[in-house]
Amino acid sequence: MSEDIIALLKENVIQGRKTAEDEGIEDDLSGTPGVLELTQQALDQKIPTGRIISEGLTAGMEVVGEKFANKEYFIPDMLASAEAVGAAMDILKPYLEASQTQARGKFAIATVKGDIHDIGKNIVAILLKGAGFQVDDLGIDVPTEKIVEFVKEEKPDYLGLSALLTTTMLAMKEVIDALATHGVRDQVKVLIGGAAVSEDYAREIGADAYCVDGFDAIRVLESLRS
Amino acid sequence: MPREGILIEKPYQRLSDGQIELIHKTSLEILENPGIICFNAEAAELFSNKGAQVKSIQTDGPPCWHLSIPAKLVNEALQSSPKTVVLGARKEENVLIMKGDEARVFFITGSEANIWLDVDFQTYVRKGDSSREVVLPEFLPRRGMLADLCESARVSEHLETLDGFIRNVNIQDKDITEDNKDVNKYFASLNNMTKHFMSGLTNPKRLDDVARMASIVVGGDEALKKNPLISFITCLIKSPLQMVDDTTDTFMAICRKGFPTVVSSSPQAGSSAPMKEDGILSQINAEVLAGITLGQIVNPGCPTIYGSVPVRARLDTLGDSYGAPETAQYNVDCAQLARFYKLPCYATAGVCDAKTPGQQSTVERLFSDILVTLSGPQYLHCAYGLLDCNSVFCLLQAVLDDAHFQMLKFFLKPAIVNNEEAEKTLKQIREVIETPQKLYIKHMRPMIRSGRISQSYPFEGNGDSDEVFHLAYERMKELAARPVEHIDRETTQKLYKEIPGLLPRLNVY
Repeated sequence: MSEDIIALLKENVIQGRKTAEDEGIEDDLSGTPGVLELTQQALDQKIPTGRIISEGLTAGMEVVGEKFANKEYFIPDMLASAEAVGAAMDILKPYLEASQTQARGKFAIATVKGDIHDIGKNIVAILLKGAGFQVDDLGIDVPTEKIVEFVKEEKPDYLGLSALLTTTMLAMKEVIDALATHGVRDQVKVLIGGAAVSEDYAREIGADAYCVDGFDAIRVLESLRS
Repeated sequence: MPREGILIEKPYQRLSDGQIELIHKTSLEILENPGIICFNAEAAELFSNKGAQVKSIQTDGPPCWHLSIPAKLVNEALQSSPKTVVLGARKEENVLIMKGDEARVFFITGSEANIWLDVDFQTYVRKGDSSREVVLPEFLPRRGMLADLCESARVSEHLETLDGFIRNVNIQDKDITEDNKDVNKYFASLNNMTKHFMSGLTNPKRLDDVARMASIVVGGDEALKKNPLISFITCLIKSPLQMVDDTTDTFMAICRKGFPTVVSSSPQAGSSAPMKEDGILSQINAEVLAGITLGQIVNPGCPTIYGSVPVRARLDTLGDSYGAPETAQYNVDCAQLARFYKLPCYATAGVCDAKTPGQQSTVERLFSDILVTLSGPQYLHCAYGLLDCNSVFCLLQAVLDDAHFQMLKFFLKPAIVNNEEAEKTLKQIREVIETPQKLYIKHMRPMIRSGRISQSYPFEGNGDSDEVFHLAYERMKELAARPVEHIDRETTQKLYKEIPGLLPRLNVY
């Protein structure tokens, strides 16, 4: 029985079905349980949280990643699966703490002061959550002080800063400088991204990495972790 | 199910109804005065018997007659000329049904280029920095051969947007003669693809053999009548307003056999026709109507197609300029004229002045491809691979054209706007606006799989460099390597037994 639920969970991650209302890819599966319902069923049946994650969610995402690499899946498919996994992780969060299972890292993300663009930031957040990171989205037009405060109090492992405009990208340097001023620069890796910035700019302002997109962010985080 | 082509729901038209009527009236007046100079005795006699005023013209050259064709005769021909023309194919799903009153488009190859353009890729190293290199295509012209026509037919079979095949390479092998050219051209094409095949005839004496070949392939004369898998192009009119002797003979013979035939006229605005838009239109229309009238006199009800190949003269050489915007204007107008007569139109687009594939070629061909397609001519020929007007054919360019027609076909899909979709839209927007991310991305997914989202340009490279030619070349090689459904062994044996002149090297068994 538990095998069935785990297999269904994995399959629904592959189909990118967050809830029973979603259709899926090959056939219209709407009406059948999606990732959220199946995760809850798995918890109800006392299936260990680690197993739900590794054999259901992560195993499903691995297949999705392969399909994306083979150009069988597109970014919307990848995002749908990541969003479903992220939502499942929200349900699992209290059980994770109880079972002492660790997320892959704690990631804070924000669009910097003066900039209200958030499409890229949101996509990155969904992908990272789907990849097993605990993501705290601080929102758009976030004041530097608020970011620094969050880093001091919540101690994220990583801080992602996003900016679309050449005028607002300057606030990224402001954040990095403020982190240093408050003595917390060394406790967090700062990643930047957005249409206005580049590898060179990341180096120039003292960021730890530049990410082209959400997929690149996952790769960068993997390399930073190792 | 026959091929669908594209139905143009709202065809682009340059002329008002009144302007079309005026062109029609002017053409009829042209046919009466100055009329047509006819170099074919039998045609002159046939016109005379039907009430045209025919007078012998005294010249030092070949005998010729002046025809004053009355409007009544033209109108009768327009009445009897079929409004629907079926172009058959070896496979039923490749049949084309052309309705003259419908703005639909089928994409077809053409013309008969002498030069075949090979492609090779060379690596160039930067002077002063040998670490910097670039790979560029080199285009190598050579004489077109029978093997090229076979390869072109094979690739054409697999080009998704390509609806029908006009021989696009003039076969100039040493063992190809005026006598055996037609049978080998038709066999090479029919044997390497299953789409409709159209061509001009080099030697009218071989018409019976070509017709017999088609009959054997399709399974008998009755089957051929229902499924005419071959058709012909005839240029019996030489602009301005002259009916030539030999092609008129060929045209009449084809009409008597009942094969679909294009009455093609190719005046050049500025030299063999007025440069004025209304001028070239009135003249080409008169020329085509004269041919159609003759066809209907010879065999009332025989399927004739309104063939327009108008082109503007270049001002520097007086050569053709297919890339000029005026050439697209003329073709759009002719499509409208043909639809006025409810006749399918054989229009021209995609030909360019550029000599090799590149930016000029792309701009020129897409310009006319898009505009003439939007006019809904039915049979859009010359649409694949032609360069340097009609004199060069490049298979790589044909593969690129296929990709561009896929984009055009996508663009022309009808808009889906109705109450059901509006309900779905409201539901989707209300749902997304409630989410923290406010992204519609996941709603793309059902559209991706149902074909409602277009594909990326297929020849886009991964890096910063332009890899279009290289990727299209890879695609071309892949298509050329795919198998095609040849004519079966038994039929092939029968063809070789009954049709004289077929070259042994075309036999795949």
